[in-house]
Amino acid sequence: MQANRNDGGWSPYLAGALVGVLAILSAYATTVWLGKTTYLGASTTFVRGAGIIEKQVVPERVEANEYFTKEKVRVDWQFMLVLGIFAGAFIASSTDKSFKLESVPPVWRERFGPSVGKRAAAAFLGGIVAMFGARMADGCPSGHGLSGMMQLSVSAFAALAMFFGVGIVVAAMVYGRRK
Amino acid sequence: MDTAQIMGLVTGILFGFLLQKGRVLRFEKQVGAMLLKDMTILKFMLSAIMVGMVGVTLLADAGVIALSHKPMNVGAILVGGALFGAGWAVMGFCPGTSVGALGEGRWHAAFGITGMLAGAALYAELYPLMKATVLSWTDFGKIGLPETLGVSPWAVIIVFIAVALGLFRWFESRGL
Repeated sequence: MQANRNDGGWSPYLAGALVGVLAILSAYATTVWLGKTTYLGASTTFVRGAGIIEKQVVPERVEANEYFTKEKVRVDWQFMLVLGIFAGAFIASSTDKSFKLESVPPVWRERFGPSVGKRAAAAFLGGIVAMFGARMADGCPSGHGLSGMMQLSVSAFAALAMFFGVGIVVAAMVYGRRK
Repeated sequence: MDTAQIMGLVTGILFGFLLQKGRVLRFEKQVGAMLLKDMTILKFMLSAIMVGMVGVTLLADAGVIALSHKPMNVGAILVGGALFGAGWAVMGFCPGTSVGALGEGRWHAAFGITGMLAGAALYAELYPLMKATVLSWTDFGKIGLPETLGVSPWAVIIVFIAVALGLFRWFESRGL
């Protein structure tokens, strides 16, 4: 298990295994202190985030919405987890000098050029489709991919197969070899 | 902040730290996996799952923690999973990693995050329609693979770990 190429990172096997340990400890800690076993996840937070923003403009619409009512628009454990991911990544990258301001990903630039507008439009549309799908499937690579798989959920195996299966096909179409 | 929020924040900081150290927050790592050129995120995810599934199964068997399966709703998983896969390939981030990517300075992740907030709002608007259509096809409920196959969870775990280790060997031999 060699170090992760030469970018100064940790072996992905080690970092991943530690996330496994973190997930176990977190499931235990939330059961003991919060009274309900809670697993790592991220995508429901985008529903709550959208609800919080929408509430500033049209509060009655959010209150009347069945989905927002079901998912409860509030800053909860997972919401803080997602903010924590931002903070943790900032701490890790600024202490090992891998923090880098980047306006267009290098792989994208190679294929589609340096235009920020083009990247912004594609990422925005991709984001809409991805989150619509994640909410429909009730999870993302964290909720299904990590937490669901750890619990051996049937839905996780099926969801992860769809995520990667379709991701592979679409990635080949979008970033394929043609120059 | 209440206890739940503090616990979430601390867990998130550790999670984000490890995601960053494993270098899985990058656009090129995510797209690289989908192009089958760089398996870093697969190595990371499978390692986390292998370790996590052993601990979670032990604790659940002992009655210490509860399992919380997401429903195997066929339409939701197949259609939703396909949409997610397509959007993920174009955006180059998943929900958790997008926020982490922003934390390591890749500020273009903000475009995807904005899109995901819009996508969540759109789903909330169309939820009644989804409930009447895609979500109503067939729902097997909250099921686990061991019960479904009629085997011990440890049988599933042993097979999973054997397959994952085989994949790791193959990735390393091919320099992926």
